[in-house]
Amino acid sequence: MFDRIIVANRGAVAARVLRALNAMRIHSIAVYSEADAGAPYLELASETHAIGPAPARESYLNQETLLEIFRRSRADAMHPGYGFLSENSEFAARVESAGTCFIGPAPRWIEAMGHKTRARDLAVEYGMPVGSGSDVLPADRDIVAAAARRIGFPVLVKPAAGGGGIGMLPAYDESQLAEAVERARSMAQRGFSNAEVYLEKLLERPRHIEFQVLGDRFGSVRHLFERDCSVQRRHQKVIEEAPAPLIERQRIEALADSIAAILQKMGYDNIGTVEMLMGADGSFSFLEMNTRLQVEHGVTEEVTGVDLVQAQIRSAAGERLETILPERVELKGHAIQARVYAEDPKRFFPSPGKLKVYRPPVDSSVRIETGYVEGRDVTPHYDPLLAKVIVHASTREAAIGRLCDALDEFAIEGVKHNIPALLTILRSVPFRSGQVHTGILADVMS
Amino acid sequence: MATVELKSEVTGSVWQIKKQPGEAIAEGDIVMILESMKMEIPVVAEDAGTLKELVVKEAEAVAEGQTVAILEI
Repeated sequence: MFDRIIVANRGAVAARVLRALNAMRIHSIAVYSEADAGAPYLELASETHAIGPAPARESYLNQETLLEIFRRSRADAMHPGYGFLSENSEFAARVESAGTCFIGPAPRWIEAMGHKTRARDLAVEYGMPVGSGSDVLPADRDIVAAAARRIGFPVLVKPAAGGGGIGMLPAYDESQLAEAVERARSMAQRGFSNAEVYLEKLLERPRHIEFQVLGDRFGSVRHLFERDCSVQRRHQKVIEEAPAPLIERQRIEALADSIAAILQKMGYDNIGTVEMLMGADGSFSFLEMNTRLQVEHGVTEEVTGVDLVQAQIRSAAGERLETILPERVELKGHAIQARVYAEDPKRFFPSPGKLKVYRPPVDSSVRIETGYVEGRDVTPHYDPLLAKVIVHASTREAAIGRLCDALDEFAIEGVKHNIPALLTILRSVPFRSGQVHTGILADVMS
Repeated sequence: MATVELKSEVTGSVWQIKKQPGEAIAEGDIVMILESMKMEIPVVAEDAGTLKELVVKEAEAVAEGQTVAILEI
């Protein structure tokens, strides 16, 4: 096992990983930008290092500074969290060649899955269900139009190097196509330093269902069931739950088994999530694979009892899956997570500011993952996530009720937040009945 | 001629200025794009007219409710 692990992230995920390291009695090293100096979770770390100014590119995305801190702090492994450099294969390779273990899959997996059309090609090659789509689009507008016609409108223009729902634009007919492609290219260039875009069939009201997998360095991969993350705004998840409602267990577990078998055949070797869309006809198609811990890993932990962060670290340290996971991972009850964002609840615009009041629910059965305490500033430099509120109960209905109570009790003043929107959706008839799809939030809020 | 102040709806920074003083503006035109918490937020003209003045520069910090440009209608 590793002796000294550095956490190259901030906020709720830094807090989560530091907690796991403390439970494993591993010397933990945290980093912080000027904006995060004094953040509450830094107290969990055995040692802390300043890494520069507030803007992410000068701190959490600054590879040179981070590598220098890894060396100085004599870390033998690095946990990237999610976001920032967690899916940057070049960085992962640099970390490894500097002699620090990157806690994640081998860099070649990050590279293979990071480019969306190459990941789709790989999925097709290994027999995963994949919907219709194009290769990276050329500049020639006629070829673009022909590709869209072949797929059939509506289509979704997506950045090939993208993620996080950024730069995805629909085109419902040919007249909208050129502009959507042009705007998506510009957003992709800015967001991912890569202007490549491609087309996918735009499914109407699909469900977003994803499969949690864990691999080891010895060729084994297993799954830890699925999560339904259909409730989204701007293609970003807001409410996540496990198991997925209203799907026959036998059917979804057969799909989970086949996904784990495919990844094992590929040789995948650490934590990952295979994201799928489920169409109105019940068919599944591969969306992408995330080669890191997910924001919503907590709901899987609640229903399986497996600590995914510790499992990920143990796998990276060279432990075998059969010692990391119980012989049979079982699904118990139902878990739901709501993401509390500092944003306008109607238009979803970000709302930075000082947390004049910040009182999460005190019920010990409610799990809160946050990087904030009362009095801290929510800065415009980073993601607007304030907290993840996670509940676990014997049934979906009970879990929804408990989550509503927890959100009702959560007091936040000083920034606008989305708790009213979360409560509206959780109390809506379509959500309560399990009739979820990616347009449900817009439907219920309008 | 009347003037209208365009205000920022968020706290963040100015990412890109799209229109320059003197330029004709149509209703719905994007005058500038702001950035906050990894999101791009356009400042949109709700009236047609001429851009009279830019109150902010690219990369400058802006507060919610702050005037960022003045339009002559």
